Amino acid sequence: MRNKYSVFSLIKNALSYHENWQRAWRDPAPKKEYDAVIVGGGGHGLATAYYLAKKHNMNNIAVVEKGWIGGGNTGRNTTIIRSNYLWDASAGLYDHALKIWEGLSQELNYNVMFSQRGVMNLAHNLQDVRDLKRRTHANRLNGIDAVYLSTEEVKKFCPIINTSPDIRYPVLGGTLQRRAGTARHDAVAWGYARAADAMGVDIIQNCEVKGIKRNGDSVEGIETTKGFIKTKKVGVVAAGHSSVIANMAGLRLPLESKPLQALVSEPVKPIIDTVVMSNAVHAYVSQSDKGELVIGAGTDDYVSYTQKGSHQIVEGTLNAILELYPIFSRMRMLRQWGGIVDICPDASPILSKTSIKGLYFNCGWGTGGFKATPGSGDLFAHTIANDEPHKLNAAFNLNRFVSGDLVDEHGAAAVAH
Amino acid sequence: MFLINCPYCGERDQQEFKAGGEAHIDRPKQPTELSDDEWAEYLFMRKNIKGVQFERWNHAHGCRKWFNMVRDTSNDEIKAIYKMGEKPPAQ
Repeated sequence: MRNKYSVFSLIKNALSYHENWQRAWRDPAPKKEYDAVIVGGGGHGLATAYYLAKKHNMNNIAVVEKGWIGGGNTGRNTTIIRSNYLWDASAGLYDHALKIWEGLSQELNYNVMFSQRGVMNLAHNLQDVRDLKRRTHANRLNGIDAVYLSTEEVKKFCPIINTSPDIRYPVLGGTLQRRAGTARHDAVAWGYARAADAMGVDIIQNCEVKGIKRNGDSVEGIETTKGFIKTKKVGVVAAGHSSVIANMAGLRLPLESKPLQALVSEPVKPIIDTVVMSNAVHAYVSQSDKGELVIGAGTDDYVSYTQKGSHQIVEGTLNAILELYPIFSRMRMLRQWGGIVDICPDASPILSKTSIKGLYFNCGWGTGGFKATPGSGDLFAHTIANDEPHKLNAAFNLNRFVSGDLVDEHGAAAVAH
Repeated sequence: MFLINCPYCGERDQQEFKAGGEAHIDRPKQPTELSDDEWAEYLFMRKNIKGVQFERWNHAHGCRKWFNMVRDTSNDEIKAIYKMGEKPPAQ
């Protein structure tokens, strides 16, 4: 039984110098057999386990994680949450997630610091203007809040942006989704882990999957560094390493894994109270609660698992940031890092059954998976429990690469996820 | 970020080059005979190996010629470079 976090528990623990807080989750050894095993203890994997236990009464399940939970892309992304995607299928998927975000802290009894500070996307040329207007209309038809802003309105919403017509890529307008925003990424992993653990889910860290055992066309279990675990259902949520796991099962996926970089500045006083993204010049920025500017750069164009990217990618992003925000010209960057993102040819994710019975993949989120964490977990749990996709993730099946029914979000959405 | 020894120009910075993806995927000889599954394999499915991978690269900001590379994707170490049409080195 978990003690509830509240202002009273905070006061009570303050009186004992915070030395008696209960462990947030256990550290169990793996059992011999589970009803389902989730491979990957990031936000999506932990959310999947949480919804399997909560909505589908599957409590005899485990999450196995090669490192520590939330130590992969969950802890490396720039925490942007939005749902203003162009196509109906994507809009349904991401807005489902956004609706869960809105009540998530209460549901998990864990403050994920979800902040609906708005996300603004900038247009820098006529094609951008047309695309963003079209996307605004598409969003509204799908019930997603979106407004188109003129250059003056952009300046009013975020005064530090340089809207001079003389810059290399002038700001011609933008879109705004007010319900969008950011959340504390680590808290999302920890909150889901704590809530899943409370329902009996075993979270097994430092446990790397080495093989997937098959009996003909069905899954029988997984080989791990902590021994063999028998299970009939394996849900793989391994982000950049999805192809590595797929290769163990003799599958090929339409993915390429590439380094994506981000960086943060030294902390400063509040200066930007929203998230501003710009696809054309590939620069996006927000400010964390600690005061750091959080800046997202782009991917390298070659396959690599090194978790470090090329210097010129960061340089290009900072060039654009400085032109748009001259006020940042003397900021110093504190940290820079890379994460490995698994990119699909159509820049849309895969939440799908496979040709092997009992083997499910949740991958291909590419550069923008964080925003979908709760929705992805919910829909993937549905897919695993029922052996059928939910109607919201039916379009994101693996078979779309055979049928040709792609969800082509490349360039259509605000692709700098 | 690393240096690439272009077989035509010599050692240059990686940013002069464009990665062209997995190498030795043969274009179908009889495209009209292909099933949808075979098209999906050819067009979309990739090995995406963590480890030694065979790739195509193009010296986009140099001689603009294509060539092949053997590279370890876990540490970006280049194992071999060979011209288009040449036999890949034994792994």
